[in-house]
Amino acid sequence: MIRFRLVPRVAPSQKMLVYAPLLAVVLTLVVGLTIFAALGQNPLHAFRAFFLDPVSNANGISELLMKASPLCLIALGLAIGYRANIWNIGAEGQMYLGGIFASGLAIHYNDAGGPWLLPTMMLAGAVGGALWASITALCRAQFHANEILVSLMLTYVADLLVKFLVYGPWQDPMANNFPISISFGDDALFAPLASYGWALWEGTRINTSVFITLIAIPLAWFFMDRSFAGFQLSVAGVAPGAARYAGYREKRMVWLALIISGVAAGLAGVTEVAGPLGQLNDRWTPGYGFTAIIVATLGRLHAVGIVIASLLMALLYLGGEAVQVTMQLPKAVSQVFQGLLLLFLLGCDVLVNYRVIMIRPLGVAPAPTPPAPAPAAVST
Amino acid sequence: MIESLTPLLASALGAAIPLVLAGLGELIAERAGVLNLGLEGMMLLGALASFMTVANGGGLFEAVTLGMAAGLLASLVFGFVTITLQANQVAAGLSLTILGSGLSAFLGRSYVGIGAPSSFAPLPIPLLKDIPLLGPSLFSFDLLGYTALIALVAVTWFLSRSRAGLTLKAVGESPVVARSLGLPVTRVRYMAVAFGGLMSGLAGAYYSVAQFKMWQEGLTSGNGWIALALVVFATWRPLRVAVGALLFGSVTALGLYFQAIGMHVSTFALASLPYIATVIVLVIISSDQETVRRHAPAWLGKPFYDDS
Repeated sequence: MIRFRLVPRVAPSQKMLVYAPLLAVVLTLVVGLTIFAALGQNPLHAFRAFFLDPVSNANGISELLMKASPLCLIALGLAIGYRANIWNIGAEGQMYLGGIFASGLAIHYNDAGGPWLLPTMMLAGAVGGALWASITALCRAQFHANEILVSLMLTYVADLLVKFLVYGPWQDPMANNFPISISFGDDALFAPLASYGWALWEGTRINTSVFITLIAIPLAWFFMDRSFAGFQLSVAGVAPGAARYAGYREKRMVWLALIISGVAAGLAGVTEVAGPLGQLNDRWTPGYGFTAIIVATLGRLHAVGIVIASLLMALLYLGGEAVQVTMQLPKAVSQVFQGLLLLFLLGCDVLVNYRVIMIRPLGVAPAPTPPAPAPAAVST
Repeated sequence: MIESLTPLLASALGAAIPLVLAGLGELIAERAGVLNLGLEGMMLLGALASFMTVANGGGLFEAVTLGMAAGLLASLVFGFVTITLQANQVAAGLSLTILGSGLSAFLGRSYVGIGAPSSFAPLPIPLLKDIPLLGPSLFSFDLLGYTALIALVAVTWFLSRSRAGLTLKAVGESPVVARSLGLPVTRVRYMAVAFGGLMSGLAGAYYSVAQFKMWQEGLTSGNGWIALALVVFATWRPLRVAVGALLFGSVTALGLYFQAIGMHVSTFALASLPYIATVIVLVIISSDQETVRRHAPAWLGKPFYDDS
């Protein structure tokens, strides 16, 4: 019987850092399309319906960017913390709070808006996300409570808070008891790019909120790879002992990482309620806060990687929505793809630090050369 | 007032049972040094597998077996990625939860809105059930409730009295030392993770065929995460998992009780009680770092490369 063994590499393979995600994407596609085939759908047809048709026109591209933008924004914030092994997985809740804070302003100043309203909403959303994240920061920094569990529990609370508001005080009186708020006025909405006479985006929903993400990308890159604070966070993640020895203050890093990711998630919440939704309702996010965790991991906690990963994840969302209409498949199919992709990536990452060696039993079929490494791992 | 305590206690115990089941499974995995954050995903898969079985005319025993098998399968995927392929356990656990939620929502879509044709019924213990106040709630569990009790005793015995339990703890404290003693570290870790999978599958089955008797997307509503928090709360000791589960069960039941006596509290505020209680309890337990450090498995969450 042929057995496989893992042999540690002397240094991480730079090639595999790039190839492993590609391999993971291929494996996800293979398994995903097999699932489609098992459900009696033609895999090639499904592939086209899922990955190609949704982005075959300007409207599709606009929808792709509208989904990639909040994902990318949240993931950039999360990556900063993840580098330091500070696992904020409650971005979904922080995003809710951003949406709530912004909606509060939009609803209150519905009749008395002005050009000041949207920027104020953005500020409020950022504060809301940061405040929600700072509860986690407080629990972790002061009391050593596990930030994964705390931030996640708070997400459930935030979800209930949204429900309380849209079923209660903020419910639109004209909505026949539907859990939705009033529709925001124009002053509380991001303007569509088409409204600036941009012919390319004529008839699409893409709006000015994408500029927030476009600004955040270089900022996050600079913070992570060029600033001293970013360096400290990275050191704390790779070598906690060294970070302590160097006198980096752990509490400060926890606060910094969580506040930054809270601000990012809160802003993403604003771009949603003041963007495609234009109101607050009880199920307004397709789980961007959780998907952003995958985006950050898939993007290798690096700004450029995250941009690419967010586009890929947005495509998975779009594809999921498309096959829901065209092939009557449930939307949860995108979540299946997301989970598979992350799991495959984590598995494939073994190739970065290890070589896979095939061992033939002694005395059987002598190998032409000494134990040959598996083809995928030959090149170091 | 007093007579209303019986249903209160019964609903507290009912909410505690799945937390005990899943919590004990996770406790064993963590004592072997493997942190599996995929509890929620495994529970959802177990819940769906069980519900699909009864909905398609299967028996309850079959349903529970298939639910546990689903949890087992999911945990083995997690085990392969983290133990064999050395992946980060936090990220792998999260992806298992995402995959489990997605897959269960996807496969279970045609089972939403139908009631379970058969479900577990309480099996009162003769005589004991007639004790006033406590009897009807403490001594009339269903079969899964009794299983949780047995599992609690078994896990406690296993960890404190058996040789295999000692091996498990050694692996969780220091796989390097365990390996040099000739202990099969990788196999122990796999078995511990598999036990966690079986138990969360069982916990999931409890939700779909004993407690709620139905299937819907996200049926376990975060209880997998609460079970994870319970293990920290219990500082990795089985009896305390049960105490903690009862505490959380009571918080949940108290919410229902407030509603029943007509107190004007928002249902959303009541529903958030268990989550808020989890945070508070985590803060209280964790602030005593000395105790946590003394009891936490030293190798928890770290991969181990077996070079043999």
